[in-house]
Amino acid sequence: MAASEQEILEGLGKIINEITGIPASDVTPEKNFVDDLDIDSLSMVEIAVAAQDEFGVEIPDDQLKNLKTVKDVLTFIQA
Amino acid sequence: MKISEIAPGSRVLALGHYQPANVVTNDDLAKTMDTNDEWIQSRVGIKERRVAPDSESLEDMATIAGGKALAASGLSPDDVDLVIVATCTLESQIPNASAIVAHRLGIKAPGAFDVNAACAGFCYALATADTAVRAGSAKHVLVIGAEKLSQWVNWTDRATAVIFADGAGAAVVGPSDTPGIGPVVWGSAGDKADAIRIQDRTTFLHQEGQTVFRWATTALYPVALEACSRAGVDPAELSAFVPHQANLRIIEAIARKLGADKAVVARDIVNAGNTSAASIPLALSRMLERGEVRSGGLALILGFGAGLTYAGQVIEIP
Repeated sequence: MAASEQEILEGLGKIINEITGIPASDVTPEKNFVDDLDIDSLSMVEIAVAAQDEFGVEIPDDQLKNLKTVKDVLTFIQA
Repeated sequence: MKISEIAPGSRVLALGHYQPANVVTNDDLAKTMDTNDEWIQSRVGIKERRVAPDSESLEDMATIAGGKALAASGLSPDDVDLVIVATCTLESQIPNASAIVAHRLGIKAPGAFDVNAACAGFCYALATADTAVRAGSAKHVLVIGAEKLSQWVNWTDRATAVIFADGAGAAVVGPSDTPGIGPVVWGSAGDKADAIRIQDRTTFLHQEGQTVFRWATTALYPVALEACSRAGVDPAELSAFVPHQANLRIIEAIARKLGADKAVVARDIVNAGNTSAASIPLALSRMLERGEVRSGGLALILGFGAGLTYAGQVIEIP
């Protein structure tokens, strides 16, 4: 059974915390990675790689640049 | 027909390096382009880099580094019969750099060729030198990594200008009763050839930063582990890990996965920038000079860059 949105959000929060040190509780769907969380493009690559390992969904670089918010990533992983 | 006498092993006998005198800090760059010290340090880990003036050529830097390595080895120029220069930024394609450098160092009529495997070039050249010595096609090899990236960088492009720099590093390789250079693990990923390129002679170096970062942080640590495995060395035995000085975040990502807990990890990029094929011998030579690594310890070196190409091997520090 596919992971629920809440499970993905929790997993993503854990990944982002490990890579950037940002508290997992700050990772909420409406947050913009650059403007709200101050996550740079290289950290986004690390998050995409870790998310692929965790959820089995590849996020290619040309797609990654379109994923601006946490919600965008949740939607991409669930699609 | 008979073949050359085969040597049981080869080793790095000595190292040498050279950097241009001109230091360019992040604050210097911030005066001419939209960047700043915090941005550069957090993205690539560089504080300052060296940039050669127009009057100082790649061959000049290679000659000084090569001369220092040769002097440190205690050998005379007459002892060297092969010179290999690893570079990807030679201003002119003809002639090669190696014959010029050999001539300037007083090395008489050696085999002389350049290697272009970009930032992996030094490891390719060292592997070739190891093979040549063991097979008996050369007795002593001068291997030099030298780059003048500043002449291929667009100094208004903050994505590349803050990263690349100039310098040279060199190693003298000779025969040994015990192996001092382990088996090379090398390869390439030509499907990503466009990720780092100089399109033609009218353009500058271009890099797809995210593509390279993803590849470097995921595809290379298995290469590093295999280089250790083929040399029969546990990563925990390494006293130094000297990867190509591409980006401090790449270096630290690979080092974390390697499990080389006792190894000093080269962080030469902080003060030297990314000098492509020069970065590994430059870093190791400077670490040895500063006493950060000891002679006789084992170092894993790992080159990777445009091509994409990669190569790694374990060596005994001279």
